[in-house]
Amino acid sequence: GLFVWRLSTTGARQIPCRFVHLYHVASNRLITFQYFNFLKRMYVTQCNKDLSQRAKPKSDSIVSPFHELQQLDQEKKVVHKISSVSPVHQSWSEMSSRNELREMKSAAETEDSVLPGGAEFKEDRQWKEMKLQLDDLPGILARLSKIKLTALVVSTASAGFAMAPVPFELTCFLLASLGTGLASCAANSINQFFEVPFDSNMNRTKNRPLVRGQISPLLAVCFAASCGIPGIALLTLGVNPLTGALGAFNIFLYTCCYTPMKRMSIANTWVGAVVGAIPPVMGWTAATGSLDAGALLLGGILYSWQFPHFNALSWGLREDYSRGGYCMMSVTHPGLCRRVALRHCLALIGLSAVAPVLNITTWTFPVISLPINLYISYLGFRFYRDADRSSSRKLFFCSLWHLPMLLLVMFTCKKSVLEKEDKGELRGGSHEMAMEIRLP
Amino acid sequence: PPAHSHSDWIGPPDKLSNLRPVIFYVPPEESALERRLREARQEAQASNQRFWARHNRAFRQEKEEFIYSRLKAKGLEMRDESGQKATLNAEEMADFYRDFLRKNLKKHLQYNRDWYKQNFRITFLMGQVALVRALRWLRRRKKNVGQ
Repeated sequence: GLFVWRLSTTGARQIPCRFVHLYHVASNRLITFQYFNFLKRMYVTQCNKDLSQRAKPKSDSIVSPFHELQQLDQEKKVVHKISSVSPVHQSWSEMSSRNELREMKSAAETEDSVLPGGAEFKEDRQWKEMKLQLDDLPGILARLSKIKLTALVVSTASAGFAMAPVPFELTCFLLASLGTGLASCAANSINQFFEVPFDSNMNRTKNRPLVRGQISPLLAVCFAASCGIPGIALLTLGVNPLTGALGAFNIFLYTCCYTPMKRMSIANTWVGAVVGAIPPVMGWTAATGSLDAGALLLGGILYSWQFPHFNALSWGLREDYSRGGYCMMSVTHPGLCRRVALRHCLALIGLSAVAPVLNITTWTFPVISLPINLYISYLGFRFYRDADRSSSRKLFFCSLWHLPMLLLVMFTCKKSVLEKEDKGELRGGSHEMAMEIRLP
Repeated sequence: PPAHSHSDWIGPPDKLSNLRPVIFYVPPEESALERRLREARQEAQASNQRFWARHNRAFRQEKEEFIYSRLKAKGLEMRDESGQKATLNAEEMADFYRDFLRKNLKKHLQYNRDWYKQNFRITFLMGQVALVRALRWLRRRKKNVGQ
């Protein structure tokens, strides 16, 4: 995945989406804010690295790994703080790939070396023994499975689960999250397995484990199988067959459709958007067992979100895409790239308005979400009109906080299950009475 | 790599192809299967190196030519007063990126097919070698336990 800043598909898309889903909203707003800031800093570093590739690649690689080291340390601290309060999930969606898995992910991928600049630089220039170091294995597998992107994907799935109009069941929720996470790890590993020479040639992805020879392709495939098979089995048997089927389908879509398509046609972006839209649908079907309009709406929101996210990200990676042979709209059809991004920003406004119609949220949701949807649409319009790096970056960074915020607002505006049950009873009761009157 | 080492060694990325070269270890009692695997990996490494070195060189060359022709059309020199190399901005380069991608698409499609075939074949051979080694190890353990 590119790198996916969004996962990316080949890394492709490296668009990280930051989404923190909180269950106790009020008490956690501060933590959310801190977390967002942290993620933003992490992304800025990454993006700087990517976007300034035209300058001096060497100095870039010295500067950013060090920043990344700091960020990762901070990240660890933040994660500890949050987990002690309430379950917090971060969803990182990569646009390209499953949009989680897509290239967008590539953007989101911050898998580069963690060592401080100087050390990494030196290590990179040395010959290394190709023997598997067991102490490094957890880190290697984490990078292989794009663990951060996976975490974001699991967050979107949890959002889908939380928005479903059924009483919350903890075991079902945990099983669904674990199954989705394992499926995502498997898909990401296979994606990296397929893209080794391409990843080597792109700045964002050149430090991946398979590229560096830290792990053999055989081991990568075995790891993918040992994540994917239990993951799908867990979803099919522990949750329900529909969710399992969706998970398996998504793995297939990401690895066998999106990944090869990245190098064949620009249609890969749409496929990747679907990949990104499926996890929340999976969360919903895990909770309710059926594919109803609400699931499709959530999927639709994530589908539309992928486009401004990924298209803005890919705008700055055109050189690497062109040289690497990736067919992306930003390279071949730049006008279309910007039009589609704007179109889908506007679609988000429409989709938010449909939510109360489907009884998923109250009418306060479209009202409260209108400002953020209008803002991203405004940035989408600026990107459409100006078509330069600064507008693309603004749109990209906005998309990073836009999705978490939107999902959070959606959750707080969720139509209470009890409220609906009461209304249902009343309606049912009056129906019965009407029926009794009609019967002789 | 040191003489006593029993494993493959991987080096820094090549300047032209960005791929990391591997020096393969040839064990004294290499089986036919292991030799097939090593040769497949060596062949793949050589062909990938050739492809990317040539491709990247072409990219760099064509990019220079494009910049030169555009600058000439604008009436500018390759280097400005301070001696810095003149560059075009991203929007002007976009035309070059689009044309380069289109020109090389067929080449990439062919390369993709070859790469996927190589990758699957090598991984499959690795699997076979690993299986044979595991069975050999199990047989040896059974023999030791038996003794």
